[in-house]
Amino acid sequence: MSTNLTVNGQTHAVEAEPDTPLLYVLRNDLQLNAAKFGCGLGQCGSCTVMVDGRAVFSCVTPIVALEGRDIRTVEGLGTIDNPGPMQQAFIEEQAAQCGFCIPGMMMRAQALLERNPAASDAEIRSFMEPNLCRCGTHMRILRAVKRAGELMQQAGAGRTV
Amino acid sequence: MLRRIALGLVVLVVVAAGAFFALAYRPAIDPLPEGEAPSFDPLMVARGAQLAAVGACTSCHTVSEGQDFAGGLPLPTPFGTIFSTNITPDPEHGIGRWTEAAFIRSMREGVDREGNLLYPAFPYDHFTHTTDEDIRAIYAYLMTRPAIGAPNQENQLGFPFSFRPVLAGWNLLFLRKGTVEPDPQQSAEWNHGRYLAEGLGHCGGCHTPRNAFGAEDGSGHYGGAEIEGWFAYPIDETSPAPTAWTVEAMTNYLTYGYDQEHGTSRGPMAQVTGDFRNAAPEDVRAIAAYVVAQMHGGAAPAAAAAPPAESAAAQVPEASPAGAGVETLTIASPPASPAFQSGDSQTVAPATADNPGALIYAGACATCHESGRPQPYGGLDLHKSTAVHSTNPQNIVNMVLFGIPASDGQAAPIMPGFAGVLDEAQVISLLNYLRETFTDQPAWENAQQIVADTVGGTTQPTIYSADGLRRSPVADIPRTSP
Amino acid sequence: MDEFREPRGLTRRMLLGGAGALIVSFSLVPQVLAQQAEEEGPALPGALNDTRLLDSWIRIDADGRITVFTGKAELGQGIRTALVQCAAEELEVEPGAITLVTADTGQTPNEGYTAGSMSTPNSATAIRNAAAQVREILINEASLRLEVEPGSLRAEAGAIVGAGGERLTFGELVADNLLHVEAQPTSRLKATPDFKVMGQSVQRVDIPGKVTGGAAYVQDIRMDGMLHGRVVRPPSYRARLVEADTRAARGMPGVVAVVRDGSYLAVVAEQEFQAVKAMRVLARSARWEESPDLPDITRLADELRAMPFQDGVVADSKTAPGAAAKTYEATFTRPYHMHASIGPSCAVGHFVDGVMTVWTHTQGVFPDRDAIAQMLNLEKAQVRCIHTEGSGCYGHNGADDAAADAALLAHAVPGRPIRVQYMREQEHAWEPYGPGMVTHIKAGIDEAGKIAQWEYQVWSNNHGTRPGSAGSLLSARYLAAPFQLDPQKLNITPNGNGDRNADPGYTLPHKHVIWHFIPDMPLRVSALRALGAYANVFTIESAMDELALLAGIDPVEFRLNHMDDPRARDVITAAAEKFNWAAGRLPEGRGRGFAYARYKNHAAYLAMAVEIEVNRTTGRIRLVRAAAAIDSGEIINPDGIRNQTEGGILQAASWTLYEGVTFDRTRVTSIDWQTYPILRFGGVPDSIDIEIMNRPGEAFLGTGEAAQGPTGAAIANALRDAVGVRLHDLPLHPDKVRAALLQA
Repeated sequence: MSTNLTVNGQTHAVEAEPDTPLLYVLRNDLQLNAAKFGCGLGQCGSCTVMVDGRAVFSCVTPIVALEGRDIRTVEGLGTIDNPGPMQQAFIEEQAAQCGFCIPGMMMRAQALLERNPAASDAEIRSFMEPNLCRCGTHMRILRAVKRAGELMQQAGAGRTV
Repeated sequence: MLRRIALGLVVLVVVAAGAFFALAYRPAIDPLPEGEAPSFDPLMVARGAQLAAVGACTSCHTVSEGQDFAGGLPLPTPFGTIFSTNITPDPEHGIGRWTEAAFIRSMREGVDREGNLLYPAFPYDHFTHTTDEDIRAIYAYLMTRPAIGAPNQENQLGFPFSFRPVLAGWNLLFLRKGTVEPDPQQSAEWNHGRYLAEGLGHCGGCHTPRNAFGAEDGSGHYGGAEIEGWFAYPIDETSPAPTAWTVEAMTNYLTYGYDQEHGTSRGPMAQVTGDFRNAAPEDVRAIAAYVVAQMHGGAAPAAAAAPPAESAAAQVPEASPAGAGVETLTIASPPASPAFQSGDSQTVAPATADNPGALIYAGACATCHESGRPQPYGGLDLHKSTAVHSTNPQNIVNMVLFGIPASDGQAAPIMPGFAGVLDEAQVISLLNYLRETFTDQPAWENAQQIVADTVGGTTQPTIYSADGLRRSPVADIPRTSP
Repeated sequence: MDEFREPRGLTRRMLLGGAGALIVSFSLVPQVLAQQAEEEGPALPGALNDTRLLDSWIRIDADGRITVFTGKAELGQGIRTALVQCAAEELEVEPGAITLVTADTGQTPNEGYTAGSMSTPNSATAIRNAAAQVREILINEASLRLEVEPGSLRAEAGAIVGAGGERLTFGELVADNLLHVEAQPTSRLKATPDFKVMGQSVQRVDIPGKVTGGAAYVQDIRMDGMLHGRVVRPPSYRARLVEADTRAARGMPGVVAVVRDGSYLAVVAEQEFQAVKAMRVLARSARWEESPDLPDITRLADELRAMPFQDGVVADSKTAPGAAAKTYEATFTRPYHMHASIGPSCAVGHFVDGVMTVWTHTQGVFPDRDAIAQMLNLEKAQVRCIHTEGSGCYGHNGADDAAADAALLAHAVPGRPIRVQYMREQEHAWEPYGPGMVTHIKAGIDEAGKIAQWEYQVWSNNHGTRPGSAGSLLSARYLAAPFQLDPQKLNITPNGNGDRNADPGYTLPHKHVIWHFIPDMPLRVSALRALGAYANVFTIESAMDELALLAGIDPVEFRLNHMDDPRARDVITAAAEKFNWAAGRLPEGRGRGFAYARYKNHAAYLAMAVEIEVNRTTGRIRLVRAAAAIDSGEIINPDGIRNQTEGGILQAASWTLYEGVTFDRTRVTSIDWQTYPILRFGGVPDSIDIEIMNRPGEAFLGTGEAAQGPTGAAIANALRDAVGVRLHDLPLHPDKVRAALLQA
C-alpha cells in the first residue's frame, strides 16, 4: 500500500502500512535523522515535526492521515552549510548537551515563531511545555528560541498564514 | 381621569422603585477594628479547609499560577466577563476586615460587607443552604490564609448588568434561601450528600442548564449544560455513562479523578476532583451517594454499595492528643490498579475496515486505547467512554483535539492532542467511527458544527492538566485564522 | 630495534634543555594514582600511565592529518570538544585540523568507563601531555634534519618552523614509528597566558550536525541489509517465562526470526515497525510466573535498614567527640532514582566471519566487550565495541544491555546487522537505578558554635553493577543457562561509592563516618550521576544549616568557620556574592538556601545558593533562581563547564522536587513519563548564574557531577528558610510539604 507524503517540499511514495507512525517513515523510509524516538507515546516531544504549520508528535501520527499535507522536519529548516534562523540560534547559544531532544524542541518552537516571531518569554516557556529535556538544557533552549525569533524578525521571515 | 391614571402610574412607579431599592439596598456591616486579627480553633480551620474543598473556592478565586484566593480569574458569562475577587484576609483588597457576620451574609445572600450585591457567578444561590456552623468554619479557614494584597479587577459588563442593584430583581426571582430539609425517607448519608451537593458543592452550577437570566432552570435539574467549552454531563437519570455508576465508583472518581469503569475527569471537572482530594472522605462519599441516587431517579440505588476497599485508609485531620491542636494530613492512595504487564503500554492495532475513520483509529488511538492498561494511565476502552455515548459530542471533540497535557512534576495522565494532525474532515470521520463502533447510540447530528466551532476557535475549551494549571488551546495550537 | 639507537623520541635531555623552557609536571592526586594498574616504570600523567605509547593517543599521517584517540566517550558533556582543544593547543593547530576517535576497542586506549567526572583528569591530562610531547619530538626531528638547535624552532599551523623561515610540515617529519615511543613523566606544557584554544569557549564540534539532521547517534546508524530487533521483557525482575506461543509472531509480515532462550524472548524483522508489532503480538502470547518480592515502598527506609549489611569505616578522626552544647540528629532518605535518558537505549550488532561488532553508547566499550565475549563464549579478540553517541546517560543506564541484546540477536541471525531499540517502558522499568539510601546524622556544636562532634551513617547498596562480567548484562540473566550478577563487595576507596562524599569536607575535630553496605539489591541498581554523593551531601548540608540555626550563625559564615581549604572558601564566598546572599532574608513565601561540596572530597569544588517560592496551599515548590560557583581546576572550555553545571543543577532539582521510582510488591510501576514525571519548562527557574573560578596551571578536576549534591541540599535549606520546616525524605513532593506545614 502506497501513501504519498510531502516532506520538506518533496513528495515521496511511501510503501508502508497506513497505520505506521510518521516517525518510522521519516527515519527509515526517508532516512531523515532529526526526529527522534523518545517514547512513542506522545509524552516527550522528541519526535516533534510540523504538519501544516502545527507542531505534532510524529510518533502517534499514522501516515494514513497525512496524504496531501505539508510535513516539515528540521532538515527543512536549513543545512549545516546554510543553517536557517532556528538552527543558527541553537548553534549561537550552544543550546545542547546530548542534543537528542533538540530537533523536537526546534520544530515545536518553529511552529510558534512562524506565527508569532515576537513571542514573549512567558509564551515561549508555556508553549514548550510538552517537550522534555533530561540533560537540563532548558535555559539555553529558551534563549535560543528567543534568539531565533529575533533572527526571524530581522530576516522578515515570519510567516503569517 | 387622565390625571388619576397619571398619578396612579407615578405612585406605582414610586412604590415599585421604592420596593426595588428596598430590596436592593443592603446596609454596610462594620468592619473589624483596625489591626484586629481574630484567632481560630485549629480544628475549625481544618474543617473549613475540607468544606472549602467541597465548595471548590480555589477554582474560581485563584488564577493559574497565581496566589491562592487572591482572585482575578475571568469568568465569561453571556452578560460579559466577571473577575473573581480577592478573598484572602488582606485588609485592603480582601476580606481581612470582614466580620463573621459579614461573611455569613455574603454566603447566604450574595452581599458583600459594604452592602454591594454580588453577581451570582458567585453561586450564593447554592451556598445559601449552608449551615452557620459550616460557614463559620470556612470563614476560619479563609481568615487564616496568607494575605495577598492583590487589587480586584473591574468587571467587563455592559449596562444594565454593570448596575448591581438589578441583581435584586434576579434574587427576587431566583434566590431560594433557607436550609435543605432532610428527607425522612432517605438515609442520613443521602441527606448529607444532598445538603452538600445542593449547597457548597453547587453541582447544579455546571450540571443544570440555565435560563436567559443565567439562573439554573429548575425543571432541568442535573440535566447537563455547557461550561467553559465542555459539556457537563447530565447527572440525573439521563446520564449517558454506558456503565451504571455505583457509589463506590463515584467516590473514587470524585476523590482521585478517575475510575476504572469511567475514565478520568478532564475539563473543569478536573479542578473539582482536584479539590475534592482535600475534602473529608465521608463528605465525598455522601455526595456520591446522593448523585448516584439522582441517576437512579432520585432514590438510593437498590443495592447498597459496600464501603470502598482502599489500600490505605484516608484520615480526617484529627487533633493530636493532649490538646496540642495539631492536625495531621494523611494522603489517601487510590485503590490498587488491576495487574498489567510493565513491558509495553501499547498494543497492536486491529485489522480494520478501509474507511478513513477506522484507519485513523487503528493508527492513532488503538495502540493506547486497546492496550488494557488500567486507568488513569492507560487509554480508556472506548466502550466505557461517557464522552462517546453522550448526546453532545463536545467532550470527545476536545479530547481528540487537545488531549491531556502533561503536569509539571506530578504523576498524571498525558494524552497527545491531534488538532495538528487531523483536519476537520478526518476528525468527523473518526468521531463517526467511534460512535458507530463503541455505542449503540444514533449518529450525532451536530458533530460537524461542534468540530468546526472548536477547531475554528468559536468554542474555546479550557484545558486543564492535573497540576491545576489551566492551559488555553488558543495558546497551545496556533490557529490558521485570528 | 633500530629506532631506539638514534636519538629519536623524547628524552629527558630534550625536555630539560632549551632556554627558558617551562616545564610543568602534572601530578594527580596520589590516591587516584594508587588505583591505577601496576606500572613498570615511572608514573605517567593521567591515563598515559595505563597506555604508555604516544602513538596510541596521537597519530600523524604522511599528509599531515592528525588523529587523536581517546578511550572516553562523548556523552553530551562536551568532552569531544574539550579533548580536541587540549590537543590543538599543545600541537599549535586549529581544532578543525584534528580528528578525534573516541572509545573503540579496535582502535583506542582502554580508559575504562567514561564516568566519575574523570574524563578531564584522565584523558584530557593524557592527551594534553601526549600532544606536548609529540610536539617536542617533532621539533627534535626537525632540528636533526635542519641541523639547527631545537630552541630555535617552534610549532606553528601544522609545521615546525625556524627563525630563518625553515619549515617542515608534520607530515614531512613523521617517519614510521617516530611516535611509537613511551611517554615521559613530565611534559613541556604551554603556560595558561599563552593559550589560544584552551580556556576559550570553543563552540562544540558536534552541535551543528545535530541541529541540521546529521547522523550523530547510534540510533541513526543505517547499514545495508540491516534488520530490526525488539526484545520482550518480563513483567518483573524474577518472572520466569512459562510459555510463549511464537507462531503468531513468526507469521507476521517481515519477521525473520523469533528468539527464545530460557526466559529471553525477542523478535527480528525486516522493518522497524514490523518488529514493533511482532514484539507486541509476542508479548501477548507470553505467560509468566511471577512472585511478589519487592519491598514495601511505603516502608522503604525501614526495609533497607533491616536488610543484612556490612560496615565499612569511611572516616574516623580517632578522637573522642567533644562536649556538645546543642545537638542535631535526624534520618534522611533518598528513593530510587532513574537515569531516565530521553532516548531509550539502542545498539547495532553485526556478526560476520566470526567477528562480532557492536555499535553502542555504553560508557565503557572495553568492559562491555569483555562481558559480551563472555556471554557468547567468544574470545575477546573476536568482539569489537565501538562507542557511538546515544542520548545523555548520566551513568550506567540501559546502554550495555542494549549492546548485549544486539549481540545476542546478531549471534542468532548472523551475517546481517541488527539494530535493537528499547521501548520507553523497557528503559524505564529495566534500567539500573540510583539506589535508595538512608542516612543518619548526629552532630553537636559547642558553646562557641563550632562543631564538636559528628557521627554519620549511610545505608546503601553498591552503586556500580557495570559490566565486567556477563552477569551484569540484563538479558544474560534470563537465558536458559543464565549468568549471575557478581556478588557485591564492600570497598572503601578514595573515589567512594555509596559512601561518596559521606566524609564531610569540613575541618572537624571529631568525625566518625560509617557505610552500612547492603549487598542485597531488591531493585536493579548501578551508577547514577554522583553516586552516593547526592544523598550524602543532601544530608550533610541540611545538617550544616540546622547546626548554623542552633548556633545562631549565618549559614554561609558557619560553613566558612569550619573550612580551611582556600579554594573551598573561594567558591563559598563567590557563590554567596553571586547570589547576593548579603542582602538578607527574602520576603514571605520565599526562601533561600545554601550548600557546598567538593565532589569526592578531591575533585571539583562547588557552592551554590537557590531561591524558591512555596505555595502553602498546594505545597508546591517553585525554583526561582540559582547562583553557583565552581572550581574545576585549569579551564579547558568555560562554556562547557557552564553547560554541565546548569544541566546538573536542573537535573538534580528535578530529582529533588519530583522524582522517585514507584513499585508495588511485584513490579516497577513507573514505566513512562506519566508515572515518572521530570522537570518541564514550567518548573524552570528564572535564572541560573554560574561563576567559574580561574585556576591556571591547576590539575583538571572534572565538572559533570559537582552540582548534584549541593542542589538537593540548597533546595531543602531554602524550604526550611521559607516555611520553617525541614523535610528529610526525598523527593520534596507537594503532599509532604503540605503535611509538614499542617504539623508545624
